[in-house]
Amino acid sequence: MKKIIITSLISLMLVVNVSADTDGENNLSKKNSREVKDCFESVNRATFKFNQVLDGVIFEPVAKAYRVLPSPVRAGTGNALDNLSALVTIPNNILQGEFKKAGVNTGRFIVNTTVGIIGIFDVAEKIGFPEYEKEDYGQTLGVMGVGPGCYVVLPVLGPSTIRDTAGSFANIIGGDAWYNVTVANNTQHFSDFDYYASRASSGIDFRAKNIDSFENLEKNSMDFYASVRSLYLQDRQQKIANSNAIIQTQDDSDWEEIETQ
Amino acid sequence: MKLKKFLIFTFIVINFIGINQSYSIEADVFVQSTVNRASEALNNEYSKEEKIEKLKQIASETVDINGIGYYTLGAYRKSISKNEINQYEILFEQYFLKSFSSRLAEYSNPEIEVVSKKKLNKNYTMVSSVLVGTEQRPEVKIDWRIYTKNPEKPLIRDLIIEGLSLARTQKEEFSSIIQSNDGDINALFSTLKEFIK
Repeated sequence: MKKIIITSLISLMLVVNVSADTDGENNLSKKNSREVKDCFESVNRATFKFNQVLDGVIFEPVAKAYRVLPSPVRAGTGNALDNLSALVTIPNNILQGEFKKAGVNTGRFIVNTTVGIIGIFDVAEKIGFPEYEKEDYGQTLGVMGVGPGCYVVLPVLGPSTIRDTAGSFANIIGGDAWYNVTVANNTQHFSDFDYYASRASSGIDFRAKNIDSFENLEKNSMDFYASVRSLYLQDRQQKIANSNAIIQTQDDSDWEEIETQ
Repeated sequence: MKLKKFLIFTFIVINFIGINQSYSIEADVFVQSTVNRASEALNNEYSKEEKIEKLKQIASETVDINGIGYYTLGAYRKSISKNEINQYEILFEQYFLKSFSSRLAEYSNPEIEVVSKKKLNKNYTMVSSVLVGTEQRPEVKIDWRIYTKNPEKPLIRDLIIEGLSLARTQKEEFSSIIQSNDGDINALFSTLKEFIK
């Protein structure tokens, strides 16, 4: 029953999404990230404020405390969490037709989970298999040509789009092996707590790594909400393009018009 | 006498060539030298105020502030009056220098290594670099959009940090401020004035 409801919800979101982005253009084209509509801006701004308060009360203090931990402890925690995220990256590599990456990521996961002691040590990198970019179901939908739809800010989880939110539901209907062995199925080895603790730790680890950048951005933004929205959408656009070549995701036409010399 | 005339002629020719010879500066060399200047300015020997002043000086010499200002204004630059453009140019320069210098002044001795460059066309070259990681933060990729129309005076037009363009972010921020105020450009001017204070 739960699966039917979730599947129906995803279908509905994607249908709404198609209506919201009907220009027929693939989002991989050099479109300005601002072209993603902020259909629920007033609600989003309110949620954003709520998240900022939550961040100030919980996440930022915890992230600051986390930063006090010795560097090897933080590096080990980050590695173990990255290792778990491979369980979502690998199926998405396959769905995107990136079979070589899927193979390397699977090898990395096996080596790091065993020799690297539940992923604490990135042994695979040391033997010549560096980590690929993380992938998720939202990115896969993007690669398949599904437009981002409206921009949304989710409570606690932060910026997203209709497509990315729909994609993240795939994690809880079988798309994330870690969720399957912790929450979805009663196994003797793991509990729900393990899943939620790992998700919370990922958030704290990310927040701690970016604490200075966030502070700096907030201090120097005249409209912090708009800056975060722009950065999130640019980031997703680049991740879906799977390209390090900046020029592939940048629209140069506006630059070309500007003559100052 | 002939020798004297010959020497004078030679001297004039050498000077003429010297005066008219143009020296183009390679974009990657320009970025590395700008980064080195900024690193020196961020040296811990200076107070925060001194750092900010030095950074402002570097920015006004190496960044195309007017160009970034026009880009940031987006389509609005075509619809506003000449007076408004002039007012915007003045406000944007003050805003940019304050924002740029206070963003960078937080860092101490950042180590940036230029890795490669790619010429996009005669007007633009992208220079790739990395901000070397420390215990507190991972390595960061930084790409520089260099305006090379005048090869003797390259200028920075954008910084793209891990694929995220600062100019584009600023453009979308400005656009949001204008749109939230029913397209009134004066709302942007008031916000800029507030920030500059």
